[in-house]
Amino acid sequence: MSAAQPCLPVARHAEATGMRDALHAEWTKLRTVAGPAWLLAGTVVLTVAVSTAATAAVRCQAGLACPVDTAKLSLTGIEFGQAVVAILAVLVISGEYSTGMIRVTLAAMPRRTTVLAAKAVLVVGLVLAAGTIAVGGSLLAGRIILPGHGFTAARGFPLLSLGDGPVLRAAAGSVLYLGLIALLSLGAATAVRDSAVAIGIVLGLLYIFPIVANVVSNAHWHRHLEQVGPMSAGLAIQATTGLRSLPISPWAGLGVLAAWAAGALLAGGLVLRWRDA
Amino acid sequence: MTAGTVTPYRPGEQAGRDGFAQVLRAEWTKFRTVRGWVIGTLGAVLVTAGLGLFAAGASSSSCQGTGGGPARTGQGCMTIPPVGPGGEAVSDSFYFVRQQLAGNGSITVRITSLTGKLPPTNGNLPSNPNAPVDTRPGLVPWAKAGIIIKESTQPGSAYAAMMVTADHGVRMQDNYTNDTAGQPGAVSPASPRWLRLTRSGDTITGYESADGTGWTQVGTVHLAGLPSAVQAGLFAASPAYQAISQNNFGGGENGIIAPSQDTAVFDHLSRSGTWPGGAWTGDYIDAADGSGIGGYHQVGGRFAVTGSGDIAPAVAGQGGSGTTITNHLVGTFAGLIAVIVVATIFITAEYRRGLIRITLAASPRRGRVLAAKAIVIGSVTFVAGLAAAAATVIFGARLASARGSYVYPVPWPTELRVVVGTGLLIALAAVFALALGTVLRRSAAAVTIVIVAIVLPYLLGVVSVLPVSASDWLLRITPAAAFAVQQAMPQYPQVTALYTPSSGYFPLAPWAGLAVLCAYAALALALAAVLLRRRDA
Repeated sequence: MSAAQPCLPVARHAEATGMRDALHAEWTKLRTVAGPAWLLAGTVVLTVAVSTAATAAVRCQAGLACPVDTAKLSLTGIEFGQAVVAILAVLVISGEYSTGMIRVTLAAMPRRTTVLAAKAVLVVGLVLAAGTIAVGGSLLAGRIILPGHGFTAARGFPLLSLGDGPVLRAAAGSVLYLGLIALLSLGAATAVRDSAVAIGIVLGLLYIFPIVANVVSNAHWHRHLEQVGPMSAGLAIQATTGLRSLPISPWAGLGVLAAWAAGALLAGGLVLRWRDA
Repeated sequence: MTAGTVTPYRPGEQAGRDGFAQVLRAEWTKFRTVRGWVIGTLGAVLVTAGLGLFAAGASSSSCQGTGGGPARTGQGCMTIPPVGPGGEAVSDSFYFVRQQLAGNGSITVRITSLTGKLPPTNGNLPSNPNAPVDTRPGLVPWAKAGIIIKESTQPGSAYAAMMVTADHGVRMQDNYTNDTAGQPGAVSPASPRWLRLTRSGDTITGYESADGTGWTQVGTVHLAGLPSAVQAGLFAASPAYQAISQNNFGGGENGIIAPSQDTAVFDHLSRSGTWPGGAWTGDYIDAADGSGIGGYHQVGGRFAVTGSGDIAPAVAGQGGSGTTITNHLVGTFAGLIAVIVVATIFITAEYRRGLIRITLAASPRRGRVLAAKAIVIGSVTFVAGLAAAAATVIFGARLASARGSYVYPVPWPTELRVVVGTGLLIALAAVFALALGTVLRRSAAAVTIVIVAIVLPYLLGVVSVLPVSASDWLLRITPAAAFAVQQAMPQYPQVTALYTPSSGYFPLAPWAGLAVLCAYAALALALAAVLLRRRDA
């Protein structure tokens, strides 16, 4: 028993300053491997590249009505960028399970909820930062490209500007959207532990709802599917025109995604607490 | 060790003798004994069929409220299209100035003009379809008028016709799907067209002429089982006007579809052979909902015939609530995701657990290990995909019909191609995922890349703001091209329509689309084989 004595002060110390130490530990883990930095850079590059390509592919020819939501169009890259965000958030926890690191982590910080909370805070913070750059770059690309492609102010397409209420909402909402996708992925990965399964579940949840909704011709079911799908509801935040025809209002849509994320985190938290690592 | 005694089990010796069968068996045992992988594969089958049946069942038309029976014609409901001689759904509505003719003979006519009316460009149509609209003069590209020999006035019956069209010159068309081009150019009083159809038994030959003396044969068709007495005469039809341009955007309902009409002026109408001269009667064929526009006006030997509608194969997803088996197979996307996850873990789990070192120690020829894994995962997922697709196609159509939704009929070879193709699509995606998993050794990246490459291009084409041309390119060059193998309804050049992925039409031919995915899988597999050999495990 005497051999255990020296450890006691350390244990007390961990209990006293749980969250700050946990944040510090998780930050060190994220900072000292190359993966997260690359994935964050990938999120920015992929989002801006796809947004630019999508914007460049669309032209509004003279004399034709163009039913285009330019803000939404220039944020198309989010649909790709979210996949990279999902990888990042999944790896933050499932990487520990695949290497066995999770046992060290939980031995050092026995309060499992605190560990998950620290991971969530850090991942969301990083994703929000990267998302802000990605969204800013995408909107900037749209601002530069769109007027040359026929989307001029004279035809009812003013320059994209954050001073415009709906555009600001679309931009800020897209950043928040990425943050919520990160939480959803983190929760799913904590619940299932395996990175491949977690990615499959997250991308399935995101992509399947809009695809199924598209082939369901019954208007009632179509609308409901778009209202509950995390991606179709969450991306309602990007709409700046035709708000009346949206299946769900922008902020309510983001709320639906937040509910999915909360559900996933709750499931992940419960599994983490109750199951052996 | 003498002959006759049982040789003890020695893996090393056996591997030397029949190595590949051993490796194959080892990989199959690995797959079979991991519960999660088997559950994942079964889950892929269930989710594919389940989502498919949900889509089929939830697509019931708005007519369902009016009695719950099968879809019926009428206000707000889809008109059930007639079925043509080839078993395909067709549209057969036009104005017909006809008389019954028995035996062999020929009919000749001159057309001096083809004019028409289009709905207004802004698409501001009155909500009541019978109210008069502000029309403007003009023709849709496939507005057509000419002479026709038809089995009967029954919609969907066999026919052969010679016609002039607005933008596509003289054509000979028969039995809805066949279309043969004659001389190009529009018809006008200055350059009239002479058309002739000659019947000899089951054979009908079409001719055209610029002056009524020098005739050119356009085509010959055989209408099997054509009765002696047929309906023959003049017709005019004009397909619905659709605002379609290169600039059209996917997603959203922004296309304008509205009825149009055309009027053709005929003279020099004559019959020869055993066909006597008789009185002409005019009526609109297949005015199921009473909205057909048409009529004719005869002054001496001069006929002005006005018509709307089309004599052509039906196209899915056009304002109707009908579904195709392509729509029912929407669950393939979910099944694919599950299969991709399993196939990736099939290799990455070996790296994660260090099992790969034992695998490669037991079977040092690394290419063989990869081949065995590809064969095992490919076969298993092929069977799974085949079973899921077969169940969806068979039960989906029944469920949809029972729920009052119209399902476009598809000939059985097409159905077989769609089912087998779906199995192959899933198997190839699994092999692609396995190969990428071998290359990257990380499940998360491999799974994401394969899912994003296969599913997202389709999704972008269907629900995003990308223009049709851009999403068409995505569906040509990405692995998502393989969904073309699920296309059930053919695309017809002689029918103008929005052939979009969301209504089940893909830019590539079915097998060509599958070949694109095949190429991706083969390339990834080759790269995986090279890297597996070069790198330490």
